Amino acid sequence: MSSPVIVAQGLTKTFGTLNAVDGIDFEVPAGESFGLLGPNGAGKSTTMRMVGAVSSRSAGTLRVLGLDPDTHGPEIRSQLGVVPQDDNLDTELRVRDNLIVYGRYFGIPRRTCATRADELLAFAQLEDKARSKVDDLSGGMKRRLTIARALINEPRILMLDEPTTGLDPQARHVLWDRLFRLKERGTTLVLTTHYMDEAEQLCDRLVVVDHGRIMAEGSPSALIRQYSTREVVELRFGSDHNAGAAQRLEGAAQRVEVLPDRVLLYTDDGERLLEHVAEIGLHPTTSLVRRSSLEDVFLRMTGRSLIE
Amino acid sequence: MTTTEPMTQAALQGAERPRRFGALYIAEHQVRAMRAYGWTIVISSVGNPLVYLLGIGLGLAAFIDQPVANGADGPVDYVLFVAPALLASAAVGVATEEFTYVVMAGFKWRRIFWGMNASPVSPEQICTGLILSVAARILFTTVVYYVLMLAFGAVGNPWAGAAMPLVGLLAGLAFGLPLLAYSATLTEDGGQFAVVQRFIFTPLFLFSGTFYPLDSVPVGLQWIGWISPLWHASELGRDLSYGTSGGWPWWSHLLVLLAMAGVGGVLARRTFVRRLRG
Repeated sequence: MSSPVIVAQGLTKTFGTLNAVDGIDFEVPAGESFGLLGPNGAGKSTTMRMVGAVSSRSAGTLRVLGLDPDTHGPEIRSQLGVVPQDDNLDTELRVRDNLIVYGRYFGIPRRTCATRADELLAFAQLEDKARSKVDDLSGGMKRRLTIARALINEPRILMLDEPTTGLDPQARHVLWDRLFRLKERGTTLVLTTHYMDEAEQLCDRLVVVDHGRIMAEGSPSALIRQYSTREVVELRFGSDHNAGAAQRLEGAAQRVEVLPDRVLLYTDDGERLLEHVAEIGLHPTTSLVRRSSLEDVFLRMTGRSLIE
Repeated sequence: MTTTEPMTQAALQGAERPRRFGALYIAEHQVRAMRAYGWTIVISSVGNPLVYLLGIGLGLAAFIDQPVANGADGPVDYVLFVAPALLASAAVGVATEEFTYVVMAGFKWRRIFWGMNASPVSPEQICTGLILSVAARILFTTVVYYVLMLAFGAVGNPWAGAAMPLVGLLAGLAFGLPLLAYSATLTEDGGQFAVVQRFIFTPLFLFSGTFYPLDSVPVGLQWIGWISPLWHASELGRDLSYGTSGGWPWWSHLLVLLAMAGVGGVLARRTFVRRLRG
């Protein structure tokens, strides 16, 4: 069996007195889709920058494709595709030219760049935009172009930092579909996100990160099984009454969480619990039974919501 | 001893060309991007010398009876005196434009330096590639300038003078590279570039012996010329065009220009590394 493409042990990044990444361990085998899930400021992007060989680590060991980023930065980067959080396409070049100049950075001959650019524009569903200006593209199209650009060197690892932040739901689904196809082809994906639905859609395995530390690790379904119940009942009593209602519901569910706008009840049978709520004379203004998600896992582990 | 895995082997091979030619790839990108404002470059490269050579070299010169400078063979026409300085100032003008807003765009507005940074190319190569592309643009400007100077009869010795576009390039880099090192440290455009334009470039243009010999300026202001790449390049250009009598030897001007460009280049590369590898 081949070695993992990424191995991090005690990986640490310090800015002054702040430990942005605080001694994390993880491995990513080839072909896996690996996610870093956590709120803003958790250290996800810093970790990505270290793996991407553009930021040196403060402590610990890191091997990417068997090489140390401190000594073999260009070698590692030659095998990566990077989709940054903020688009950095060249708006002074046309869509297709953006792919070609980027391919040149990898030493790829111009002709090969041109052929690949056409293939990638087809993959990104941007063929008819080849001659357009970048600024004329929608947000979702720009993201797809950035992903196409990251694929110009046929990378072994595709790294995506918050790939769908700021996109509307339809554009997100188009993007997920493209990423899913890459996954099927065996491309290793490493992505950060603070959207649990994105993590559930795309990741085979993920780590939950908070304050630079790994709080939990596993597949999305395993994490939910381990850290949450099968179902969740969400009740709203109005912001002044939530806490009082929650007190009366102590013991009725396996766990009760009070958020500013609603009460969450963790249980394996949501409908049953809802009946109980009515029996004891509580009348929520709205009620909802849903499956547990990674959001609940995160809430359980940190006491905070992912998106604040 | 473990054998190198295929993935490691591929990585080692993948960086061979970028390690060698990375700066050229960056320059290639920048030159391609210049095409977006290609006509502006061509029109200003031709228009600027036309306006200055007609207006000052011929127009103003008609009113100047008294020779302002001596060449190796005695007094020279005003147009001969002023033309090398105009060429150098055009080069410095281009450098000022490219090494300010383009740098801010690369780091902040278009963020393209960050995109380059994620590729195998190094921060030093990004900096060098940018410099190469601007050097190409400056050289285009100074060559066009020189050809028009020949057409206006504003060169004493056309053969020796043919080195003038290179002197202009050096002037552009001597002024531009320290400016690049400064621009690369800026995270916000708080009007600093307008200050550079108005309070550094313009005074240098006016007090660097551009329109009249530096020794006719009050002694208290002559130091502006001594630290000005523009003055050193103008003097060097005049030396090439008609020879000079007295003053600083030509190689001293060359040394000053090389030193300014060299120090600026080293500082700029360092700033790029610091900024992109935080």
